[in-house]
Amino acid sequence: MKTQTVYKPTGGLTDRPLSYCPGCTHGIIHKLVGEVLEEKGLLDETVAIASVGCSVMSYEFFNCDTQQAAHGRAPAVATGIKRVRPDATVFTYQGDGDLASIGMAEIVHAAHRGENITVVFVNNAIYGMTGGQMAPTTLIGQKTTTSPRGRDQGNTGLPLRMSELLATVPGSTYLERVSVHDPKHIRKAKKALEKAFDVQEKKQGFSMIEFISTCPVNWGMTPNDSLNWAVDNLIPYYPLGVYKDATKGDDNA
Amino acid sequence: MAKVLMKGNEAMALAAIKGGCDAFFGYPITPQNEIPEYLSYHMQEHGRVFVQAESEVAAINMVYGAAGAGARVLTSSSSPGIALKQEGISYIVGSELPAVIINVMRGGPGLGGIQPSQGDYNQVTRGGGNGDYHLLAFAPETLQETVDIVKQSFDLADYYRNPVMIAVDGLIGQMMEPVDIDKEVEQKTLEEKTWASDGTSGKRGRVNKIVSLHLDPYDLEKHNLKLKAKYDEMVEKEQRYEMIDTDDAEIVIVAYGSMARIARSAVKELRNEGVKVGIIRPITIWPFPEKAFDELPESVHTLLTVEMSLGQMLQDVKIVNQGRYQLEFYGRAGGVVPEASEIMDQVRKHLKGAK
Repeated sequence: MKTQTVYKPTGGLTDRPLSYCPGCTHGIIHKLVGEVLEEKGLLDETVAIASVGCSVMSYEFFNCDTQQAAHGRAPAVATGIKRVRPDATVFTYQGDGDLASIGMAEIVHAAHRGENITVVFVNNAIYGMTGGQMAPTTLIGQKTTTSPRGRDQGNTGLPLRMSELLATVPGSTYLERVSVHDPKHIRKAKKALEKAFDVQEKKQGFSMIEFISTCPVNWGMTPNDSLNWAVDNLIPYYPLGVYKDATKGDDNA
Repeated sequence: MAKVLMKGNEAMALAAIKGGCDAFFGYPITPQNEIPEYLSYHMQEHGRVFVQAESEVAAINMVYGAAGAGARVLTSSSSPGIALKQEGISYIVGSELPAVIINVMRGGPGLGGIQPSQGDYNQVTRGGGNGDYHLLAFAPETLQETVDIVKQSFDLADYYRNPVMIAVDGLIGQMMEPVDIDKEVEQKTLEEKTWASDGTSGKRGRVNKIVSLHLDPYDLEKHNLKLKAKYDEMVEKEQRYEMIDTDDAEIVIVAYGSMARIARSAVKELRNEGVKVGIIRPITIWPFPEKAFDELPESVHTLLTVEMSLGQMLQDVKIVNQGRYQLEFYGRAGGVVPEASEIMDQVRKHLKGAK
């Protein structure tokens, strides 16, 4: 019988078992990043910056040079690397606590300077690694361990929309929000990543792809219910789409 | 090359270029602003990198990134800014990366003031970041010594794969003094940075990882012991100090940086009066030059530590002294620079008191 390879794991990831909880979409997003880098032939010339949070160990998973950053500082670390090694492909992999809370200054200013880096932003509206605390992206009414009665606007403000925020920064180039809740959206998300790394290859500046993600364990739901909850609750507040594409001369600013 | 008259901060900046600095990342703060100002113009001329970061926190993390990619990197700041950088410094140490940090010290705590101070002694020698670590820390006295150390420090940082901090008080940053920027300094034989995570895994044939995370406590202890071995080597090889007029001294002043210059004036005048007084001048403040204290003659009965702070280095003198000599202290704080006459008064007081 003739055998044919119909699927194989991407060479963009190492053989290390992922440290993520069952049903979490980090695995899908890792795979997409690995595939895009491999297919573009960039793995050998890439530096990935791991952040602090669930993806703290991602330096073990991406099959390229890696550097692990302090909480929120990945865009500054990426800036340092890219400025001294402009020919390397440099990307950060950050969650919403890391990027939208403690790392707000670093992400805004990396975009502001138009750093030629790519940011993979994974937004699951909660701090996963530390056990499910409220993030700046947590929805109003969403229960977390530090908003046990549900997030309250009066006390904590409204959830931050990072793609929209960074679209107002004149220096940013390409911003898109995607989701990985079904195969159709996963394919679309991969295209978005390809575009973001294209922008970097063409030295067109700062690109970020925001992934709507899930956290079944800390949301207290099954993986399937989590995907449905993301579609019904996160996506309406965080609409999918391209928020800025300055490569077409449209800066949306 | 002949000596030229240069301002301290600008001379340090030029010395960094001469020392092979590839990239500078910093944030404005008084009294060190002439360093980034100078480099913002001149790094470009040399095809090197200059970035004004959004904060000291970002700047030190840019240093961490660029150092991880194998570059020779500098940042400069002043006391409160150095406090902000401490997190990043701890990461740089933990990841065993080289970097050079210039601290032009001002008065504290908090926003403090902008006048010269040595109030960062503890911050420099004990570090403000988490974990068991040290920086190789210099506290030079003259502009010539400062530029020589700045030039050398890139080699030392690379050799130890550990940050080097050069702590000068605001006086050295702001004053002008003749300096030979091209004076030869000792160089280290350095290995290629095969560990750098610079996006060349294709050529290298394997991937490199720059991390300070070791979740297994036994791994982390092993890592700490590896760092400790480097600090032990520094203690053995890198102690630098100057013995001034100590051969027949009865009282010895312990002072570093600008304080040592003032102490020199005091000693000169006291010697004219026949007072047998000398100086131990630490040039490294970490490792603290304990060897200097073993060189003191039998005639010494008192050590007078003088600082532009309130007894920070005094703690190290106490540790080294081990009860050998009577210990006295004189310090001014908050940016007040003492007069030589104040030190002379102190010496006279303790000469009499000890007899």
